[in-house]
Amino acid sequence: MTRIRVLPILAHVLAIIAVAPLLWILISALKPAEDVFNFGWPSTWTLDNLQYVLLKIPMPRFMLNSAIVSVTVTVIALFFHSMAAYALARLRFPGRGIIFSGIMSTLLVSLPVILVPLFLVAKQLGLLDSYAGLIVPSIFHAFGIFLLRQYYLNIPRELEEAADLDGCGYWRRYWSVILPLSRPVLASLSVLFFLANWNAFLWPLTITRNPDLRVIQLGVSGMQGQYASAWNLILAAAVIAAIPTVVVFVAGQRRLVDAMKTTGLK
Amino acid sequence: MVTTTAAPSKPLVKASGKPRAGMTRKRREALAAYAFLAPDTIGLLTFVAIPMVLAFGVAFFKVDGFGNYQYVGLANYKLMAGDDQLWASLRVTAIYVVTFVPIAFVVSFALAMLVRNHFKGIGWVRSAFFLPNVVSLVVVGLIWQFLLVDKRGALSKILAPFGLGDVSFLGTPSLALGTYVVISVWFLMGYQMLVFLAGLKDVPKELEDAAQIDGAGSWQRFRYVIWPLLRPTSFFVVVNSTIGAVTGLQAFDLVFVLTKGGPARATSTVVLYIYEQAFTFNNMGYAAALTTVVVAILVICTGLMFGVTRGGRFDED
Repeated sequence: MTRIRVLPILAHVLAIIAVAPLLWILISALKPAEDVFNFGWPSTWTLDNLQYVLLKIPMPRFMLNSAIVSVTVTVIALFFHSMAAYALARLRFPGRGIIFSGIMSTLLVSLPVILVPLFLVAKQLGLLDSYAGLIVPSIFHAFGIFLLRQYYLNIPRELEEAADLDGCGYWRRYWSVILPLSRPVLASLSVLFFLANWNAFLWPLTITRNPDLRVIQLGVSGMQGQYASAWNLILAAAVIAAIPTVVVFVAGQRRLVDAMKTTGLK
Repeated sequence: MVTTTAAPSKPLVKASGKPRAGMTRKRREALAAYAFLAPDTIGLLTFVAIPMVLAFGVAFFKVDGFGNYQYVGLANYKLMAGDDQLWASLRVTAIYVVTFVPIAFVVSFALAMLVRNHFKGIGWVRSAFFLPNVVSLVVVGLIWQFLLVDKRGALSKILAPFGLGDVSFLGTPSLALGTYVVISVWFLMGYQMLVFLAGLKDVPKELEDAAQIDGAGSWQRFRYVIWPLLRPTSFFVVVNSTIGAVTGLQAFDLVFVLTKGGPARATSTVVLYIYEQAFTFNNMGYAAALTTVVVAILVICTGLMFGVTRGGRFDED
């Protein structure tokens, strides 16, 4: 019987160790500059670091840019992916198998692999240094299509047939029947997409030069060079960049977990 | 995209829709499908497929900073043989893969077994393991840089009583790569744990109970019931984390922030090296050629894994 009690305790201890670095950063960001390397509880708590980063560095601008990009990408991606998934799951047409495997074959392609040619394509299309450049190439990803298609395959056909009898065209069936039914999976994906885009670093780094277009991750990583050893400020910026992701995670936890599990073999 | 129904008894008059009496239902269904698929298909073609093909084309050109292309045949590929930094990067990525993949596998599998059955506070424990995966790799890089600051960082202070207070984990070439591996495991263990948990859900409880009644100990239940049934999941995790280790964002964002590939190029991954060639030295053609090599390596590796394991099905036993 003892083993059964030991394992949960071990799990709790390991969990604390796993989040310790994150907590440590949060506490350190609230310490005065001279205390930042002191090992222990802050002698005095201060919001000066956060205040400095928010007022003296265009952190709000970075956050706004990231919010614009993340929200736009998420909304458009959900719209396009659900349309594509609806066609792949529900409609019969010549070439369905080929188109489906074509889309799926892009699943393994990650950004670092195609970065250089993608940059050249974006340059040709005049997307350098623009919101469009940050947004448009980030929309297209096979994973969302795959997940939505799996979901749509399990929606009973009768629901659509009823709409068909009522004289609804395909668009109406998608918009008024399928979309409302897919709220749970859309919610899961929106959490996932938002996090991925808020956390994006490599593509914004590659496509933007203009400081006004800087997204949050670029802003935070830029602190490294500018404030080389002012760790209290760097940490404050890191905390500000991390807070929205943690909030979204806590709020959408179950949804996120559902979507993540489906990345597996299901 | 507005289409009318097949039922002629209910003429739905759309303001702009021309009567499509001549079109069969089949034809209309197909047209609707193509319309639904168009945005994503065009997007994936433009921003994934074409770049992929383009890499193989650009590899035969020398591209200067002004975007002038000059055909150079196989020159870019010939350059690789004498490029020591490339070979160093390939070595870094290879070492990273063969250490990160197994360690991450074992750690995340162990965590999944640990949080598989219900206990008090299981929700928080699972979230805690997953939380590092939620913050960005940039933040992860900064966090660990801070914790690992030489002598003054938190880790040095923790290790000082053991005489390890002076170790520079990110500044010593022989230690930096290992440090990068450990941080990667910390970042990704929660995600892989979830994948394992999803797989474990499919292991029927009755089978384990039956084995227990037959007198199987916990190791035997693991070895002969859970492990064989979990093979498809394990296969997915291995393939996924291998691909991630070679070409995932973890191979770029994290090293870029953490070490910039140093010290002495000890953490210069292949994708970081390609980025530097393309955007620091403006050798787009050479970077494209390097890209094609990475793609080839990846195709061969996944092909091998699929071949050896017959697509992860393992139906021989």
